[in-house]
Amino acid sequence: MSLLNLHLKVWRQNRGHSGHFQDIEAQDIPDHASFLEMMDIVNERLIAKGEEPFAFDHDCREGICGMCSMTINGVPHGPEKATTTCQLHMRKFRTGDTIWIEPFRATAFPVIKDLVVDRGAFDRIQRAGGFVTVRTGSAPDANAILIGKEVADAAMDAAACIGCGACVAACKNASAMLFVSAKAGQLNSLPQGQPEKDRRTIAMVRQMDKEGFGNCTNHYECEAACPKEISVRWITKLNRDYAVAAVKESLIGHQERAEGGE
Amino acid sequence: MALDSKIPSGPMAMKWSKHKQDSKLINPKNKRKYTVLVVGSGLAGSSAAATLSELGYQVKCFCFQDSPRRAHSIAAQGGINAAKNYQNDGDSVHRLFYDTVKGGDFRAREANVHRLAEVSVNIIDQCVAQGVPFAREYGGGLANRSFGGAQVSRTFYARGQTGQQLLLGAYSALNKEINRGGVTMYPRTEMLDVVVVDGHAKGIITRNLVTGQIEAHAGDAVLLCTGGYGNVFYLSTNAMGCNVTATWRAHKKGAYFANPCYTQIHPTCIPVSGDYQSKLTLMSESLRNDGRVWVPKKAADIGKPPAQIPEADRDYYLERKYPSFGNLAPRDISSRAAKEACDEGRGVGPGGRGVYLDFAEAIQLFGQKTIAERYGNLFDMYERITGESAYKQPMRIYPAVHYTMGGLWVDYNLMSNLPGLHVLGEANFSDHGANRLGASALMQGLADGYFVIPTTIAPYLVTQNPGSITTEHPEFKKALEEANQRTRKFLGIKGKRSVDSFHRELGLLVWDKCGMARDKEGLEEALRKIPALREEFWSSVIVPGSGEACNPELEKAGRVADFMEFAELLCQDALHREESCGGHFRTEHQYPDGEAKRDDESFCYSAAWQYTGDLSKPTLNKEPLSFEEVHLSVRSYK
Repeated sequence: MSLLNLHLKVWRQNRGHSGHFQDIEAQDIPDHASFLEMMDIVNERLIAKGEEPFAFDHDCREGICGMCSMTINGVPHGPEKATTTCQLHMRKFRTGDTIWIEPFRATAFPVIKDLVVDRGAFDRIQRAGGFVTVRTGSAPDANAILIGKEVADAAMDAAACIGCGACVAACKNASAMLFVSAKAGQLNSLPQGQPEKDRRTIAMVRQMDKEGFGNCTNHYECEAACPKEISVRWITKLNRDYAVAAVKESLIGHQERAEGGE
Repeated sequence: MALDSKIPSGPMAMKWSKHKQDSKLINPKNKRKYTVLVVGSGLAGSSAAATLSELGYQVKCFCFQDSPRRAHSIAAQGGINAAKNYQNDGDSVHRLFYDTVKGGDFRAREANVHRLAEVSVNIIDQCVAQGVPFAREYGGGLANRSFGGAQVSRTFYARGQTGQQLLLGAYSALNKEINRGGVTMYPRTEMLDVVVVDGHAKGIITRNLVTGQIEAHAGDAVLLCTGGYGNVFYLSTNAMGCNVTATWRAHKKGAYFANPCYTQIHPTCIPVSGDYQSKLTLMSESLRNDGRVWVPKKAADIGKPPAQIPEADRDYYLERKYPSFGNLAPRDISSRAAKEACDEGRGVGPGGRGVYLDFAEAIQLFGQKTIAERYGNLFDMYERITGESAYKQPMRIYPAVHYTMGGLWVDYNLMSNLPGLHVLGEANFSDHGANRLGASALMQGLADGYFVIPTTIAPYLVTQNPGSITTEHPEFKKALEEANQRTRKFLGIKGKRSVDSFHRELGLLVWDKCGMARDKEGLEEALRKIPALREEFWSSVIVPGSGEACNPELEKAGRVADFMEFAELLCQDALHREESCGGHFRTEHQYPDGEAKRDDESFCYSAAWQYTGDLSKPTLNKEPLSFEEVHLSVRSYK
């Protein structure tokens, strides 16, 4: 194990105020430490000096809860592919490096403090339609719904999204299309999700627009930054599902009856 | 106070059906008048909040994370058990029940475990209907795998992230109900206290983690779904935010804390690498389906690269000691065996605290592609953390604190002795006895939330006049003032030591004296040191910043202050239980071959501790355990 000396430039901001970078010299950082453990060490030293530590979001520290959210040297979750900030380790850096540490930046993700942002918009999109309406206790036997392995595996690929928001932070338009397409795509591709497919797609997309996320202009920075490697093909599927749902809506209005109904 | 577990009468297999039949109902129009407060949004909390709202109750749900989807249930990797018998390998509700009682080393309440096994099958149905993408076979049916402590394949899984997928399912159900208006969600909101009015839990005090605002919420019942207390050890596989505050505060308001000494040490975690370390990472138990655990036979070989140690010089100690379960021996047994090997000087890696988990044979047998399909994400995670590839060399693993079987005492209805206060999931004590089997935590969380509490809360609620207590009640004013005072106290100490430094010291002490192996002398030493450390904490901790804004140090201070008190009860319970069972191993009580020696004569009970106002003198209440179906026997996996 070796020790690193790093020059940090860390974002400081209070809610409702403008922010700035603060220079920090981080000496003797073990290269086996994770990035967040490096931040812990920095914070401990700030506290010892009577200064205020940096606020940052984190919880599971094993790459699954999606809570950690730093942009490191301009890249959400930092330089390593398919890796959340909490799983990024300091052995990926060299002594003498300068590291810029910022919050995930997007209009729809207002800064709460320092590196902590409010991602409530994601929850509100999910609430708008990211579910299958099934009452507890009313489900048929699990094996009564047969789903081919290929379909189940594809749905699982989409379901791997941890809702961290890196896709939004990576996009120059702050678009949430990768997130929304993965969430809608999981359910839209499974038989359980078919009855509400159009309704779900329209509700989630409209909520996304309402939250102030930008449009997708196909730069695919989102896919590159995604710690779970969600494919942009889900965006294609969402566009298709949305087109179908929107055309149906414009031709026959808000659907209350299926074909043949009165 | 006498403990009434309210176990229904009648034969074991009929108790739950009979209980449902006998339970009082509330008509739909009246349900709307009741408010239920659900604290925590993991599997138990989300599923309970969603289901109670579906039934028509008004629900308020609270979590300290920024979204309910991030609760720590999300980190469960391996799977969820259910007695579906889709594999035709002889599984049944009775067998799952039997395995769980035996796995818990005969320290769980039989009736609860049977109910758990019964509803396990409904959970899978429910999750599939929600769109949870479980692994499937080519024919479209659900796939299964094996887990420790069972000889059948009954574990359902979604790659290495079953917890996330089940939680997203419960979260989607919660979202559906929030959207409909039945649930009000309070993210970034931490519970600080329970409010008790005339002996009933009628509300909670919370802190808004964004604005710092301390607020009161009144309800007709309170559900604590707040997880376990593993972080008392500082280093554990739990998320950084997991804490004992909700259950500990409830304990100090009168709820009994049961069996705190039953803590689970998970055998397959990545070993500790340095003192800067903030948490330990679990490698799913499912890896033991294909990985073989070994250490060198000779201590002299520990420094050699593993590939250079010939087969004849390797000790596959689990296969040797437990031939019928082999690498799938239960967690407590596997953990202790790893500790023994390391204590003998045969541990590998830095500090000699590690054993190998080797996939060479499985890769040879099935090919790297198949192994990558099964465990790819775990191998990737291992490489990110250690810088080593488990495809090329064996993983190094060591046991770490993972789960806590103890928790607030509850009766069959999941209600604590404090009327109105219900406790679900890991936060309660009821189903896993002294040791939890793999893939059973997800099962219990969802069983409690989806299927048990929606039935068992009604008998309590019908006795209450809905909405009769509001936050205008003097008890709420008092609790609010206490919470505000406590915050001011933390900020006013202005000492020299950080909260984390205290937490780390407490954790090391508890791990050392009350970890994988415990003895009287060590526990007594811990009981002397904990109060002293607590005193130092309250006089020299430093909490920077203010109470009126986002302040993570203040949040940690509150949690660590409660761990400081709770640790004492943990050690008291471990000291009083003069036997070894499951995750509680007292070195004084073992068979000559090192296996845990239970004392059913003296300790066949759940220990429910009562707060007396003096932390050093809690009162012990006992709930005797009787075993009607599964005969008390020495647990053997040989």
